[in-house]
Amino acid sequence: MRRIKILEEKFFILLSGFMAYSLIAVLAFIILVIFVKGFNALSFDMILKIPKGGYYYGGEGGVLNAIAGSVYIAFGATLIAIAIGMPAALYINVQLVRYKRTQNTIRYFLDALWGIPSIVYGAFGFALMLFFGMNASLLAGIITVALLISPIMVRTFDEVLSTIPKGLHEASLALGSTRTETAFRVMFKQGFSGFITAILLSFGRGIGDAASVLFTAGYTDNIPVNLDEPAATLPLAIFFQLGSPIPEVRERAFASAVILTAIILAISLGARYLSKRYSRTNLK
Amino acid sequence: MSLQEPGIMTQPATLPETGEKKVTPILRVQHLNVHAGSNHILKDVNLEIPRNRITVLLGPSGCGKTTLLKCMNKLTDLYRELNVSGNIFIENDNILHTTTNIPGIRQKMGLLSQRPYPLPVSIYKNVAYGLKLKGVRDKRLIGFSVEKHLREVGLWEEVKNRLNAPATSLSIGQQQRLCLARGLAVKPSIILADEPTSALDPISSKIIEDLFKDMKKHYTIILVTHVLRQAMRLADHVIFMYDGEIIEQGSPEELFNNPQTDKLRAYLVDGN
Ligand SMILES: Nc1ncnc2c1ncn2[C@@H]1O[C@H](COP(=O)(O)OP(=O)(O)O)[C@@H](O)[C@H]1O
Ligand SMILES: [Mg+2]
Repeated sequence: MRRIKILEEKFFILLSGFMAYSLIAVLAFIILVIFVKGFNALSFDMILKIPKGGYYYGGEGGVLNAIAGSVYIAFGATLIAIAIGMPAALYINVQLVRYKRTQNTIRYFLDALWGIPSIVYGAFGFALMLFFGMNASLLAGIITVALLISPIMVRTFDEVLSTIPKGLHEASLALGSTRTETAFRVMFKQGFSGFITAILLSFGRGIGDAASVLFTAGYTDNIPVNLDEPAATLPLAIFFQLGSPIPEVRERAFASAVILTAIILAISLGARYLSKRYSRTNLK
Repeated sequence: MSLQEPGIMTQPATLPETGEKKVTPILRVQHLNVHAGSNHILKDVNLEIPRNRITVLLGPSGCGKTTLLKCMNKLTDLYRELNVSGNIFIENDNILHTTTNIPGIRQKMGLLSQRPYPLPVSIYKNVAYGLKLKGVRDKRLIGFSVEKHLREVGLWEEVKNRLNAPATSLSIGQQQRLCLARGLAVKPSIILADEPTSALDPISSKIIEDLFKDMKKHYTIILVTHVLRQAMRLADHVIFMYDGEIIEQGSPEELFNNPQTDKLRAYLVDGN
């Protein structure tokens, strides 16, 4: 009996270890393949120049237009999503603290919104854009991506806030803080490091999404300088270049993928670093 | 630095040493009932809390002690499922039925909970927090007050060189004293302490108990405990609760030496 137990234990440790490491291996493999395939095309020109004439036939230039477009869109969308998400999450957790059922209904809808595929947001953004008589533009892209990441932002903020101990909430009120003071001076502070993680992860989601910007942001070889100009994005740059019959251009697609992946990895690392740094005073 | 706290005592009270001599109660609870759905948590609770004394709320866990404390500083507002009726008077304000200035009512009481919940800021800012809420902006005044209250709880010497360190870097016992100092900084007249030593080591517990003995000169203390010996060490007035009801209340001599009910007698024997 004991021997069987020990074997069983060993088996499951091995199995779960294997699963964990193979996941990491797959991730490493993906990065490796993209890197190898794009290696020849990787150059400073790629990240410092916009496409010159004939770029898509193997001519000179880079994808700075798409890098800039993606960063602008993700940045703008993140700002909007923070502006929506922060008050919404604080409202759910502080003002609605007595109304468990309302809280859960709201969370249910947000989770549903989170699960909607981004192409649906893209189609909705497109419809919205036509309704307002706008063209595919930076602004339309920002709004659509903001819609895509807002539920993510609200729910991750909400998760952060709901892990804050009730006792801290009560302690703050017992000191004579109003609900608003409790929300902004205590809950916000305690949740701050979690918020940073949530913000950077939403940013990562926004910058990597192709379907939502497909119809709404348009595409251009220039860096947009106005909200009503179209904007290129990295996912679409990858898409267009990968569809080219010319091998050099396909290589550039992989180089662009390396750039996008590097941006997202940098964001994740930044998220880790910052959330560590700001959780110093947090109540555990 | 003196621990005198002018302005706290609204009228002179007889010193605690004179025992159970009648003093005007600072807090009165009348016909307090709390329901949660079909669960009757507090059943027609009537009591008076004597000023500048340590009143011990004694009873087995689950009997409603925490709920009773939460009614007193209106934290029951946070739980919609709790249905509260009756009257609670602090001095002469009926606090249960006011909806205005709830923060002001809560500031008449300092809360110490089962485990310390320091705010997620520095040691200094924890104590300064209440002053800022009250609109005090003068840096020197705040600094002076922070030192005074940290001294009041005997924490000053231990933390004076690291006031800007996170409050969570303190030990649990120190955190509990910090929470006490933080509460004192809003100048309450009543301290609500809900099993404040249950998460602490014996030495920290003793420090808190000794603080309470000193503090009753200036504050009224309501101490919830299920530790009989702690009740015996500290109580000037005892309220024994069982299953949401007040079974007996009176002086410790009366209750501990001459219990009138079987429930209290059983509790005194085996703590349950
Ligand atoms: N928010 C609530 N909803 C429903 N029941 C509650 C709530 N709070 C407390 N109770 C119930 O009230 C009773 C007394 O709880 P409590 O006041 O915490 O007891 P004590 O502090 O004496 O251990 C318990 O049976 C508990 O389950
Ligand atoms: Mg309790």
